[in-house]
Amino acid sequence: MTVDMTASLHGLIGGVLIGLSATWLMITLGRIAGISGILGTLITARPKGDSGWRLAFLLGLLSGPAVVILAGGGLGNVAGQAGAVIGAPAGGVATMLVAGLLVGVGTGIGSGCTSGHGVCGLARLSPRSMAATLVFLAVAVVTVFVVRHVMGGGA
Amino acid sequence: MAYIAGLLFGLGLAISGMTDPARVLGFLDVAGDWDPTLMFVLGGAVVTNFFGYRLAMRRPNPLFASAFQLPTRRDLDGRLLGGAALFGVGWGLSGYCPGPAFASVSGLTLPLAAMLAAMVVGWFIARRV
Repeated sequence: MTVDMTASLHGLIGGVLIGLSATWLMITLGRIAGISGILGTLITARPKGDSGWRLAFLLGLLSGPAVVILAGGGLGNVAGQAGAVIGAPAGGVATMLVAGLLVGVGTGIGSGCTSGHGVCGLARLSPRSMAATLVFLAVAVVTVFVVRHVMGGGA
Repeated sequence: MAYIAGLLFGLGLAISGMTDPARVLGFLDVAGDWDPTLMFVLGGAVVTNFFGYRLAMRRPNPLFASAFQLPTRRDLDGRLLGGAALFGVGWGLSGYCPGPAFASVSGLTLPLAAMLAAMVVGWFIARRV
């Protein structure tokens, strides 16, 4: 284990920004900042009169990393260089297809992901979000253990 | 308003390194060279938002909408926990949860495009099960 103080500090700063984002969306529009809900509902249900804010949020979400890249990665990004802001995928197309399907189905029937259940649900002290967050964190840890240390794969 | 929220979110993800799946997987790999960064990200976000939500809820309604739209259910059921478990497997395989995956579109690669497409298919399937 290596505790990289710079990475930890940037993690904390980034985390506070994410928290402020969720607070801002609640104070202004009264909405939960859950990405799977915002994006998933927009695509699968196309709710009339309830799509504009979703599009605006997603546009902002895309702009964030782009701004950091345009600033040469200099806005305190951990990697410190533009090319490394968006990291390389951990697996090939086949792995990512399976992973994407699981993430989609899972966040769909489980009503949320790391942002909706994690960032927003935990802050609301929601018992459902606490349980969901514990489950997906634990299962993800086991998955990585199996892939890296049991199967010995490169992912 | 929503654009500002999205921008803050995307900046937070990029600055904290969460748009790099290697860093996320480094956190999940507790038996390897453990990287605690994600703990600081989630901790910083939850604590900030905890106080932020308390401040927001002092108002009877949001600044630019008629009402706060909050989930009201408090019971645990199979769909919640089963869904969370499936999501956990997908997250562990890829190092991407929906936020970072979508936020990384400006650095799109073929595997990421495949993941996003499959994720959308998954959301459609979830509506039917």
